[in-house]
Order: sequence, then C-alpha cells, then structure tokens
Amino acid sequence: MKNYSINIKPFGKRAVLIEWPKKVDESILEDILDFSNSFKNLNLPNWEMSAAYNSLTMVNNTEDIDFVEMVPLIKDCYSKKTSSDNKSKRFLWRIPVCYDSDFAIDLQETSKTLGVSAKELIDLHTGNQYTVYGIGFLPGFMYLGGLPAELEIPRRKEPRLLVNKGSVGLAGKQTGIYPQDSPGGWNIIGSCPIPIFDARIENPCFVNVGDKIQFYQISKAEYDLHKIETEVGIYKLEKTPLHA
Amino acid sequence: MLKVLKSGFFLTIQDLGRFGNRHIGVPVSGALDSVSVKRANKMLGNDPKDAVLEITMTGPTLQFEATTYICLSGAELSATLNNKPIDNNQVIRVNQGDILSYGKLENGFRNYLAVKGGFKSEEILGSRSQYYPVTHKKCLKDGDEISFNEIQSFAPSISEVKIKNHYELDYLEVDKGPEYDMLSDKQLESLFSRQFTVSKANNRMAYQIEELITGHDTTMLTSGTIPGTVQFTPAGRLIVLMKDGQTTGGYPRILQLTEEAISVLAQKKFGDTLTFKLL
Repeated sequence: MKNYSINIKPFGKRAVLIEWPKKVDESILEDILDFSNSFKNLNLPNWEMSAAYNSLTMVNNTEDIDFVEMVPLIKDCYSKKTSSDNKSKRFLWRIPVCYDSDFAIDLQETSKTLGVSAKELIDLHTGNQYTVYGIGFLPGFMYLGGLPAELEIPRRKEPRLLVNKGSVGLAGKQTGIYPQDSPGGWNIIGSCPIPIFDARIENPCFVNVGDKIQFYQISKAEYDLHKIETEVGIYKLEKTPLHA
Repeated sequence: MLKVLKSGFFLTIQDLGRFGNRHIGVPVSGALDSVSVKRANKMLGNDPKDAVLEITMTGPTLQFEATTYICLSGAELSATLNNKPIDNNQVIRVNQGDILSYGKLENGFRNYLAVKGGFKSEEILGSRSQYYPVTHKKCLKDGDEISFNEIQSFAPSISEVKIKNHYELDYLEVDKGPEYDMLSDKQLESLFSRQFTVSKANNRMAYQIEELITGHDTTMLTSGTIPGTVQFTPAGRLIVLMKDGQTTGGYPRILQLTEEAISVLAQKKFGDTLTFKLL
C-alpha cells in the first residue's frame, strides 16, 4: 500500500493536524480515510476526526494531549493502516435537483455568462460524479470536487442575505447544496428537495467524506412529491457502493 | 419549570458542548466561558456537563416555579432575587414563585445561571446546547419554560467563593497555530507587541479583531478549525473562532487560544482591548 510523506503538527493543546501533500486528489483522500479508520479502530476514548481535502484534524474532547507521545502512535498507526473495511462504506448517491425557474434564480444569467444554453448547463452539471472532499462551513455542507471547467463561474458580486435551504449553486471550482437557509454568494441553478442534514434522525447526514454525488434532473411536480415523501419519511435515496 | 418572563438580549441553554459530529460539520457549541460554568456547577455539586443558561449583555427576567438552589457565575450583571441584590459564585436557595432579574452590566459580558441538577431540556446529538439547526430554536424567547428538578434541601460543601475573575485578564494565552510559520517578522511583531480591540462583529460563532495587521497571499485548501482557532485573512483581519464556529475553514490558522483564553475572550465586548501572549 502506498504511503505518502505526512506532516504531523500540534494544533493547540487538544488537537493534532496531519497534512498530506497539498493537492486535490482522490487517492490522497482515500489514504486519509484509511488512516482515520485505522485510528478509530484503536478505540482510544474521546477522539474525533474530520477529513478535508489533504488534511485530517484530530481532536481530543476531554483533555490536553501530549503531542510528543502522539507522534509515534500516529506514525505507527499510519504504517499499519489497511483499507479493507473502510472502502465498503463509500457510496455514490444520486441526488434529485429541480432546475425549474422557480428555484433556479440565477440559471439564465449563469448560462449567459458561461456561454452555454440552460439545457447544456444542466447536462454538464448532471453528467458528472462529484467527490465529497469535506463537510463543514454549515452542518451537512459538502465540499464537492470535480466540477467541469465549463461551469466555473465567479461568485456573485453581492452575496444574498438569504439563500433558501436546498439551493444548488455554482462558485469558482465548486458546486454544492445549501443544507439550510443561509446568506451566500453562489450562483443558484436549482434546488434539491431532500434535506442533507436533519439532527432529529439517527444518522443526521447520510453523506460521508469520500462518497460521490451525482445530480439528476427532476420536474417541479417530482420536486413537490419528493418533498412530501421526505416529510412523511418514505423517500428513499438511491445509493450504490463505490467499491463493490 | 423556570419561566422566561423576559428573555433579554440573547439567552440560550448551554452545556459543555456537542461532541462526535465534527465530521458532518456540526460545531461543538457549549458555554463560551466554560471556566465560569464549571465553577457554578461544582458549587452546586452538579456534574460539570449539566446544562446552564448563558446570559449575554442584557439579562432576562426569570420566575422559578419550584424550589431549588442556584449559583450565578461569570459577568457581573446586577442580578437581583425578588429585587434584592445577589452575588455571583454563591449557592442561593430560591423558592417557588421567586423572580430573578438582571440589571446593569458592570463587568464582563456573559453571566451563567446554574441550577441544582442542571436544566433538563431536550438532548440532541448528545448535548442540550442550543445551536440552530441542530436544536429547533437558536435561543430562548419570552414565555418559554425550561424544566429542572425540584430540590427542597441541599447542604453545599462550599457556599461561597471569592475568586479573581479570569475575565479581568487583558491578555489571551495562545499556542502556535498550524500555519504560524508563514508569519513574517513584521507580522509577528504586530501580533505580539500591539494591543487589539474587539470589533462589533462578535458573537458565539466568532470574535473579529478591529485592527488589521499586514496581510498575505498564502492560499490553502479548506481544513479543520476548532474553537479558539485564530484565522488570518488575506486582508490582515484576525478572526477568533468561538464555540459555534464552523468546523472547517480556508484561512491560515496562525494562533490557537487555550480553553481558558476562550473563556477570557467570551467575557469581552465591543471596544474592549486585549493582547496575545504566546505560551
């Protein structure tokens, strides 16, 4: 198994940051998740970890840690990591998006700026699988990698004070879903009827870092139907294992 | 029940935080000044994790609908029980019908009300700390009721402590953050020799610092942040993340406040001054 040169840094008295080479790269992300899973399997109490792009933040929630003692423990765990039980937990999720003008408030302007038709924009957006490189900024907000270059567009000059929950946007090299109402400067091209984060269910966020997302287009009628289905708890998301 | 007659400026239920959900972007939350909360809970013989009320700047008016014991800690907010002044860091018996209210802010910014046994609001993802959208509401409003256990008698092991308030400190103890090494000599000198002012933009998510220092053009990939992380924007702005702060960020993390320093900063308000002290 390939090993990268990793950089272990103290992060205050209770956290450790591990950095991999500074690249947006799926094999780096997989390596981070393999390590994180192996560390979890050590069953040390009170640690929690979050991966994002090329780094893993490890936080101890109860006590100050001895960084000097942690380094050999981490190095040893890294050299012995395995990927078997980690990969089986990765999924490709198919997520419905309605690109209807009721929600897609910036679709016309965005397609004009990008020099493509609205249909071409939707085809490009739905024709791709996006990798979840991190979850943060808001509960359930996914940092998605893999946007086609044709869809790269700057943020809006003036951010909106309110972007509705479920809005699907484009900004720079990123696309994403606002998991709740929030101020925001992304160009809104559609809306997803499925909540990405719900604290009242056992697994509040179905997506994990390392999963993939593919959007597919739905009509306004299907959007309304899926909304009702999720409210009564009968909507089922489509998922397929990534490493079957 | 404790009845909120008037909620004041910003009233929330907090404990020591919500752990184990950072990987899906859920902030830790919890009392900003954990030093005060731990003290108040200790005086009542509570678990350190028992839930308290966090009272910000302008206090609420609260009515106890059952007899219990309370302890206030943190900012001095001219608290009165049935119109008679009461002090912080004292175990006080309250009877059914008693009214706790607050007056002028004298010192600090956040007061904590702990009750014997803790407040018993709904626990979500392992914590009672209010944070929207994890909890249904972001704060308490007029007319809300919060439950607690009725206690008829309690003999505290310590009934009153005289302490030097940590929030009178005018410095924040910090460790180096992960991107500390990017700082130039000039930036380092500004960081550790200057006095800084708390900006108007300060809340449970983050405290911004008014003064800019020389900026930078270092870019990084989004990475983890924790409470107390000092972010450094290209324009030279310092942003200290607090307990409701986001779990990831794209700005260099140049300093990291200790848990005690977060408690010190939690008691600062717009216009207060501070310095950074590297450990």
